Amino acid sequence: MPMIEMNNVSKWYGRFQVLAECSTQVEKGEVIVVCGPSGSGKSTLIKCVNGLEPFQQGEILVNSISVGDPKTNLPKLRARVGMVFQHFELFPHMSITENLSIAQVKVLGRGKDEARERGLKLLDRVGLRAQADKFPGQLSGGQQQRVAIARALSMDPICMLFDEPTSALDPEMINEVLDVMVELAQEGMTMMVVTHEMGFARKVAHRVIFMDQGRIVEDDKKEAFFGSPRSERAQQFLSKILHH
Amino acid sequence: MLALDFSFLTPAVISGYIVKGFIFSLQLTLIAMLGGIVLGTLLALMRLSGRPWLVVPAAGYVNTMRSIPLVMVILWFFLLIPLVIGRPLGAEISAIITFTLFEAAYYSEIMRAGIQSISRGQVAAGYALGMSYRQTMGLIVLPQAFRNMLPVLLTQTIILFQDTSLVYAIGAYDLLKGFEIAGKNFNRPVETYLVAALLYFVISFSLSMLVRRLQQRIAIVK
Repeated sequence: MPMIEMNNVSKWYGRFQVLAECSTQVEKGEVIVVCGPSGSGKSTLIKCVNGLEPFQQGEILVNSISVGDPKTNLPKLRARVGMVFQHFELFPHMSITENLSIAQVKVLGRGKDEARERGLKLLDRVGLRAQADKFPGQLSGGQQQRVAIARALSMDPICMLFDEPTSALDPEMINEVLDVMVELAQEGMTMMVVTHEMGFARKVAHRVIFMDQGRIVEDDKKEAFFGSPRSERAQQFLSKILHH
Repeated sequence: MLALDFSFLTPAVISGYIVKGFIFSLQLTLIAMLGGIVLGTLLALMRLSGRPWLVVPAAGYVNTMRSIPLVMVILWFFLLIPLVIGRPLGAEISAIITFTLFEAAYYSEIMRAGIQSISRGQVAAGYALGMSYRQTMGLIVLPQAFRNMLPVLLTQTIILFQDTSLVYAIGAYDLLKGFEIAGKNFNRPVETYLVAALLYFVISFSLSMLVRRLQQRIAIVK
């Protein structure tokens, strides 16, 4: 049974169609990279997976729970699906430790001390233990994004969604974030990653999805995608982002 | 030439006439501020909910309140409520309720701007962590909106403090009323109104200065 399953998902903003009959699935432990030109709908697609964006047609199942079903307890589902955003979205009015423990306490009902302990362990893991008592504004972008990953992990997610996690970062900070993500992937985390970092895709992705104009144009094994993408659009895209 | 004589303003006169009114003015300001901010925040959340059955009444309420002079609201509430509930309401209680309801409209506009100043990404982050609407608002959005808007909220409160003098319309005993009565009893109205004006000025101006300093501090923390 796949961890994430999408069947013919379509979405419109007014008359404009942003997603057109998108279908794919992500198995447990699989790492999927979603790429494509801006405006192709990749961010929208990933936000549909945990119901941050509603969709009008089709079906998304996460761990066999239907995201679009009005009867689904979305907060409960989201608590198990980690998400990392382009602009980090740490809570600026809370210290790093509070950022890491707030949802554990308020959503999962863990004790404060337990939540803090877990938070600190995860900070250790992303190499930021020393920053525990600082505020997000005092950290660099790369550090903030690593905290954001730790925050998502603090909820013990069954899978992780990454929405362009490195595209708001200065170039010298991209690798520190990618390193954490690679490590996660190698530990067997189920991941769906919207990114243009093809180095990351080559290293750890199992499959690559290429989107254009709201459609999933390619959905290939990594080797096939980088070897010989079938669509002309994907070939153009790859040649633009790979050769420089 | 004005022959001013302030000698009648002894500590005894001040504690006998002024202190009582001053305490009520402060009470009125503080209660209307706290109540107004709570109610105003609810109104702001209603207006931003996107649900017509919440948006329309909230917008109607805010726009109505903001279109009527405060002194008329004070008067009408004082005169109409006895007809509705069948017994008169004390001027002080009436003033407290009116000011809370009236100021809520202004505080709600401030809180609405504050809430809108928080990026949608923050809301998404709250939801993505499994938080409910209530938790996302209460833990993530409102604390930040409140902090961003604190100087404006306090400025509105200074205006509120000045406006409390309008309760003269229904005869509530506030700071101004205290001066007015003292002025009448000692036949020194010019002196008492002068001192009253000075007192309002000193209080409002020093609070404004405090707000300005606070603003600078907040700007640095951000």
